[in-house]
Amino acid sequence: MEQEAYEREALTYDVVVVGAGPAGLAAALELIGGDDAASESPTVCVLEKGASVGAHLISGAAIDPRGLDDLLPEWAEQGAPLRVRATEDSLHYLTSKRAVRLPTPPQMDNRGSYVGSLGELGQWLAEQAEAAGVEIYPGFPAAEVLYDESGAVCGVATPDMGRRADGTPGPGFEPGVEVRARQTGFAEGAHGSLTQQVIERFGLRRDAQPQTYGLGLKEIWEVDPQRHAPGQVAHTIGWPLDQFTYGGSFLYHLDPRRVAIGLVVGLDYQNPYLSPFEEFQRLKTHPTIRPLLEGGRRIGYGARVLPEGGWQSLPRLSFPGGVLAGDAAGFVNVPRIKGIHTAIKSGMLAAEAVRTVLQAGGNEADDLDQRVGASWLRDELHPVRNIRPAFRWGLLPALAYSAMDTYLLRGRAPWTLGHEPDHQRLQPAARARRKVYPRPDGQLTFDRTASVFLSGTHHEEGQPCHLVLGDPGLATRVNWAVYDGPETRYCPAGVYDYERDADGQPRLRIDAINCLHCKACDIKDPPQNIRWVVPQGGDGPNYQGM
Amino acid sequence: MKILVTAKRVIDSTVRVRVRSDGTGVDTANAKMAMNPFDETAVEEAVRLREAGTASEVLAVTLGDAGSEEVLRTALAFGADRALRVESDDPLEPLAVSRALAALVEREQPDLVLMGKQAIDDDSNQVGQMLAQHLGWGQATFACAVRAEGEELQVTREVDGGRRTVAVRLPAVVTTELDLNQPRYIKLPNIMKAKKKHIDRVALADLGVNAAPRLEVLGVAEPPPRASGERVASVAELVERLKNDAQVI
Repeated sequence: MEQEAYEREALTYDVVVVGAGPAGLAAALELIGGDDAASESPTVCVLEKGASVGAHLISGAAIDPRGLDDLLPEWAEQGAPLRVRATEDSLHYLTSKRAVRLPTPPQMDNRGSYVGSLGELGQWLAEQAEAAGVEIYPGFPAAEVLYDESGAVCGVATPDMGRRADGTPGPGFEPGVEVRARQTGFAEGAHGSLTQQVIERFGLRRDAQPQTYGLGLKEIWEVDPQRHAPGQVAHTIGWPLDQFTYGGSFLYHLDPRRVAIGLVVGLDYQNPYLSPFEEFQRLKTHPTIRPLLEGGRRIGYGARVLPEGGWQSLPRLSFPGGVLAGDAAGFVNVPRIKGIHTAIKSGMLAAEAVRTVLQAGGNEADDLDQRVGASWLRDELHPVRNIRPAFRWGLLPALAYSAMDTYLLRGRAPWTLGHEPDHQRLQPAARARRKVYPRPDGQLTFDRTASVFLSGTHHEEGQPCHLVLGDPGLATRVNWAVYDGPETRYCPAGVYDYERDADGQPRLRIDAINCLHCKACDIKDPPQNIRWVVPQGGDGPNYQGM
Repeated sequence: MKILVTAKRVIDSTVRVRVRSDGTGVDTANAKMAMNPFDETAVEEAVRLREAGTASEVLAVTLGDAGSEEVLRTALAFGADRALRVESDDPLEPLAVSRALAALVEREQPDLVLMGKQAIDDDSNQVGQMLAQHLGWGQATFACAVRAEGEELQVTREVDGGRRTVAVRLPAVVTTELDLNQPRYIKLPNIMKAKKKHIDRVALADLGVNAAPRLEVLGVAEPPPRASGERVASVAELVERLKNDAQVI
């Protein structure tokens, strides 16, 4: 990136946390409210790219309260928005017409969980953190990692505001601000743009498997109260996905009258013609799901990737000047499809490790990996580590393997299955079967445009494109020529499209204003030519109660 | 010159607003709130007048519950000198708001009241005009340019078919259009400083205002959904349909 000669203001804290999600807010709370009252609390600043806390948070969610139990044991009395206990829970295998009930595996037993919204939980955590003295700044993303002379991370910088599309300063130009800190916590969520840079720079993945992801799509519906059963939890596998595509659906009855429905598709899918968005739309037409939604009203839409690599894909969590936490590192328990409680716990452990460094001196919280290894995070994540990778053998062998791994080996298999990076899994279009999806009906199924509208996403026009092509020609030469433009299908927001230029040559058009910040393109792009960088502060989706 | 500028807290303009299923109003649960964009231009203009040396002090005022102090923090981060909230937990109608502001003007004695021409939640476009009436002041509405000229302001107004510049003697009420200016990007350090500033509070009752509602909302409904398009076979059919079915030509 070019360097320009203008002064940036600098602010200094003990700790800066990037991302006001469950991991970042738990870390901030734990840092400021640690129980050794004798020592003075560190100063903590949380930067958040969403226009408000929760605007970029999206999850199912059936929330295991274990993380909150550790963080704020009085959460119920303090009014945490976990109000609806999961009641019934079921797992079905779908064919196009039928649903076959499967025994609920122990990991998917949701007794004790709560169905709710991660966005609301984030807002509540932010209130608790602010009351405790944490400074939270929504609308201010971290766009750049700052390094000191020794090469250690020494903070982050917010993006410049008011640049024109060509990068030159516009009339209202306001340079970014440096937020310097002794320790920086990266809690950006799955595939965070700065987290990826830090992992690369410090070789944090040296002893870990590549991360692999799923793309989650979600809608919220208001349904007929007659058909609504608060607390009901249902999951499906199988249709509309084929046997070799990992994924499944969730359906949670929230209150009042609201239903969260979603589909997660493993980004290790092979067919470039697959469209996770259209598969999700199709899911809603299944005979067992359609009656619930019919006559209802869709009120929310969003999408986000989630890390599915599990224990073996966790990078080293500390490096000189900082730590990783939550989905940015990859703490999702995939068989349980839960990552909020683990994100909270990982944030707390990161905070404990950082506190020790602040007190004892030094610049790396290098015992963080041990702390995680000694916590219930390991007890929860290590035994289930082989279930997700088994799905590359196909659905039925994977179910058989999972049963054996869970019931016979009880997670103590002497082997650990590995992963391949998602972008290497796509087959050339010539070898793939084309898929034809039904047209949306505007009642139950919708197109991307109508869906993106519901996300409230907004990007100020005229700014530099935040989806950067390393080599613009590569999109045509590889993505178009070999894979028939897969980004037009995996992008859940319709950001990518090919148009013909004056010479009739295909050219990739990027409508970055629609972007939902899901990060699928940065992960799945076969030549790894698309780079997602943060846009101006406050841009992106405006999710409500997602 | 002392400026009083108003700021209303409304649902953010980027939020997709939903009508409550019982049709009694708009669902505000979890909705992101922000300063009314018309007020943002008013605050920006006030701060620019102060920065240019025309104004000596900018007082930002809101009416509402404790949550609405958020927009005062924003106004302070823009550069307002002081902030004051008139405490009211109930939604207020334009007449009550204008009366409260008139009472406040008596106390604060500003030379200019700058306010958004309307709020994007109820689109009433009444408070500025009512306030000028209560005070017996001149008014210049729909301002898209403001210039101080001695004891008067020259205000350019958006009118049908063009622009019109009027002179208004101070003290006066000026209501603002969106194209009056481009509000600045607020700097992070200014937000930090604004968090620590004091906000004055006045109870609505202490202003002696009768805020009893006089309007009754009969119903709130979303616009009808757009009908889906149709494909026609020929130009002749298109013309025929536009003429007879759509009746637009």
